[in-house]
Amino acid sequence: METNIYFIILAVIALGGAIMTITRSHPLSATLSLVVTLIALAGLYALLSADFLFVIQILVYAGAIMALMVFVIMLLNVREEQLPVEPHIYRRVGLSLLFLAPLFFLVERSIYSQFGTTSFSTTGPGFGTIKSVGQLLYNQYYISFEIVSVLLLVALVGVVVLAKRRA
Amino acid sequence: MIGVFHYLTVSALLFFIGMAGFIARKNVFIMFLSLELMLNGVNLSFIAFSRYFQEMSGHVFVFFVIAVAASEAAISLAFVILLYKNRQTLDVDAYNQLKG
Repeated sequence: METNIYFIILAVIALGGAIMTITRSHPLSATLSLVVTLIALAGLYALLSADFLFVIQILVYAGAIMALMVFVIMLLNVREEQLPVEPHIYRRVGLSLLFLAPLFFLVERSIYSQFGTTSFSTTGPGFGTIKSVGQLLYNQYYISFEIVSVLLLVALVGVVVLAKRRA
Repeated sequence: MIGVFHYLTVSALLFFIGMAGFIARKNVFIMFLSLELMLNGVNLSFIAFSRYFQEMSGHVFVFFVIAVAASEAAISLAFVILLYKNRQTLDVDAYNQLKG
């Protein structure tokens, strides 16, 4: 089936971008690899019929947050010799992946014993659309929504306070 | 046939790759990017569960996670700028002021 092929392609792109993110020495190439991962993840969200989050992931995550990061890297203008000295990046990353592998296999075992090979059932009408997400957001979760808006305000004020401080 | 197991596997892999990057790297910026990777791994599992159980609440949680990630990104980038101004480096080993 062709959704399986799409899933495999997108998953490989996402995981490859993730590996690239943690092995690049310059922050700018790491950030751009992370953008690749985020866009592939947006494709996976679309495969899971989460239309609204697919748009949000590309607009807000890959668009706004990552653009902010690229902007900050450009602003800092870190030169090659100012980067931290990290010899044998691949060996370090490989060793820490090896260190985490037992945990990963435990997680995999528990997922497999819980879900096995069950596949998804067909979705009902309106699943994942902006209308149903909005209805849930403003009926069931409105208090959390207000708290998130306060959190964003606090972050905004906090960033202004931090950035204005004379270091 | 691709089922919920495969999506959760990809999500766990993203999470553990992010964690490995956080452990292995010394560049404060890349540690921060690894944190974003972990958040996205969790987001993918939320959406896969949401699709599996036919329950939309997971989408709302992912929405909140993205909002929290945005504010976290803003604040930690301000911190990175301040630290870089103070120390002229991105090496986390140079930020040992709070060490007793």
